Amino acid sequence: MSSELVIKNLHANIGDKEILKGVNLTVKPGTIHAIMGPNGSGKSTLSNTIMGHPSYTVTAGEVWYKGQNILELEVDQRAKLGMFLAFQYPVSIPGVTVANFMRAAVNGHRAVEGKDTRETQIPMPQFRKEIREKMAALGVDEAFARRYLNDGFSGGEKKRIEILQMSMLKPSMAIMDETDSGLDIDALKVVSQGVNVLVQANSEMGVLVITHYQRLLNYIKPHVVSVMMEGRIVREGGPELALELEERGYDFIREEVFGNGN
Amino acid sequence: MTVEANELEFDYSKYGFRQEENYVFKSGKGLSEDVVRELSMMKGEPEWMLKRRLQALAIFYKKPTPLDGAWGNPDLAALNYDDIHYFVRAGDKPATDWDAVPEEIKNTFERLGIPEAERKFLAGVGAQYESEVVYHSLREEWSKLGVIFLDTDTALKEQPEMFKQYFGTIIPSADNKYAALNTAVWSGGSFVYVPKGVHVDIPLQAYFRINAENMGQFERTLIIIDEGASAHYIEGCTAPQYSTNSLHSAVVEIVVKKGGKFRYTTIQNWANNIFNLVTKRAVAYEDASMEWVDGNIGSKLTMKYPSVYLMGRGARGEVLSVAYAGKGQHQDAGAKMVHNAPDTTSVITNKSVSKGGGKTTYRGLVKVHPGATGSKINVNCDALILDDKSRSDTIPYIEVEEANVTLAHEATVGRIGEEQLFYLMSRGISKAEALSMIVLGFMEPFTRELPMEYAVELNRLIQLEMEGSVG
Repeated sequence: MSSELVIKNLHANIGDKEILKGVNLTVKPGTIHAIMGPNGSGKSTLSNTIMGHPSYTVTAGEVWYKGQNILELEVDQRAKLGMFLAFQYPVSIPGVTVANFMRAAVNGHRAVEGKDTRETQIPMPQFRKEIREKMAALGVDEAFARRYLNDGFSGGEKKRIEILQMSMLKPSMAIMDETDSGLDIDALKVVSQGVNVLVQANSEMGVLVITHYQRLLNYIKPHVVSVMMEGRIVREGGPELALELEERGYDFIREEVFGNGN
Repeated sequence: MTVEANELEFDYSKYGFRQEENYVFKSGKGLSEDVVRELSMMKGEPEWMLKRRLQALAIFYKKPTPLDGAWGNPDLAALNYDDIHYFVRAGDKPATDWDAVPEEIKNTFERLGIPEAERKFLAGVGAQYESEVVYHSLREEWSKLGVIFLDTDTALKEQPEMFKQYFGTIIPSADNKYAALNTAVWSGGSFVYVPKGVHVDIPLQAYFRINAENMGQFERTLIIIDEGASAHYIEGCTAPQYSTNSLHSAVVEIVVKKGGKFRYTTIQNWANNIFNLVTKRAVAYEDASMEWVDGNIGSKLTMKYPSVYLMGRGARGEVLSVAYAGKGQHQDAGAKMVHNAPDTTSVITNKSVSKGGGKTTYRGLVKVHPGATGSKINVNCDALILDDKSRSDTIPYIEVEEANVTLAHEATVGRIGEEQLFYLMSRGISKAEALSMIVLGFMEPFTRELPMEYAVELNRLIQLEMEGSVG
């Protein structure tokens, strides 16, 4: 069972508007794969479509992971297969504490069809110990466990909580959607460190890092860099491509791909 | 009074009950002066109470069913007053046994893990006995402090003076058609008196007492909190209350004297063939505090607007309520706050959830009389609609006749956010669980005010209700 993420000719709409126009991309296990591109190129649509956001309609294509076309799976089934999306704008859920949410998520991952959840759920002491350790590692105050999920959190706090979830759920394929947006440099370091720790712990883990700027890639070092424009992947290269983009902007690629005056 | 033999048969058929009856007395269907006289006589009531009942009956006949207008509801047209038994007295032994309880309700009990005592109550004799033991031991503890906690019928006998002094003074028979009906045929309910300066720090739970006395359809509750005293009363429970009658109409009158503090918590979960038409009102005097914590889950139609009349400087009233309306249900609930004195404060927080074609209405009144300067009012209504078939309405009446008042009103109506659902599911949480997490989270400001065991029960109940809502 391959733990490659293989995206084949993916087309997706929001409403009547086609955003993804045939994306082809492979993220190999143990690889950090960056997708860079200007605003509006379809990066966030790609990450949301892979995870199954209901606002996007897939009109063609396949996304294979661990032997399944995951586009046929419910969102929670994709998560249980090992996929994780770190959101650009995590929503708040009033009345649901971080701790209760986290426990439901961990237990959701542990649930086995046909088995009593009382058998599969994580024992409370183990859960408490784990969440405490992870919170400490990410510099998240323990008081956050009792706060309502993302309710009144700052941008940086939300991103830390995203990484906290990721470190609790230990995905084998993580998609980071503009994780660097709204982060100051200290938060950026902590968040990146959190991702790197996970990658080091699991040599098979794939990471798809979606970012507008090269800055994040100083901390989460990619093996592969793809450039996305107008709903397609238009270039692929090594880490040096990110540096070149940082220096020259996206226009030179646009010209190469679409020609002058387009 | 003539009663046809076949009318004596209590209609259990719709629940598949067996015809096992031990009723000492049961009125025929429909209401008449004879029924009221009979009822009063059977209870051995004083003459003044019979008079009061008959006056109320006349008012009930005279007042039209409120199908429209500010506090009317067209759904009431389905209510047939002639098809109701107004007085049923169980025999010495309970007429129901566990086998006779409808399967659906038994299953819900099983899944909720409802406290044993309650199940035993439904199961029959042993439970009644046990409930009474619990009740009596609690009662002793309270009575040492001078607290009186009785069923209302007993209170009329044992506390005649206090009873006569307060009965019907907060909610007169003429207040509305259903208050008149209740006054005419009331039976059961709670009577509470907490003496000056006494703080009852454990909640007075009606459910033990009601178990022992058998729940009435027209119960009457009268509560007096004396100066500087405090108490918390909890009525009902989250277990489904089934009934073959189609109308539940209670009256609850409360007096909170100077500096007193009182909270009244209700969670109603009537079977969904019940019209639940309840009048609840409290008066709060100087520096007194009155809180209604009111949860409405069951019934076909609930109309209930707990109110607080703020009668003395610095008095404070609060209504915190939730309503949950599923298929075929209409929860028409809210609050009334009447500011009659300076520096009074009222807070209304209403949360409602509708799904599967259910309907919720927030209906509320805030009235500030001239001279109630410095009053502060805060009204907050949030409605959550789970699907396209369901609906929610907000009808706030605000009448302010005083310039120096601070008033804040906020109302939101939302649908379950796709984003929230997607977020939770992307963490491996199933759709059903994600939905109930969002709904329970929405209700949390209410739930956290409940004693732990009630909160747990309510949450489980909502989860059960939510299971069917995916698809």
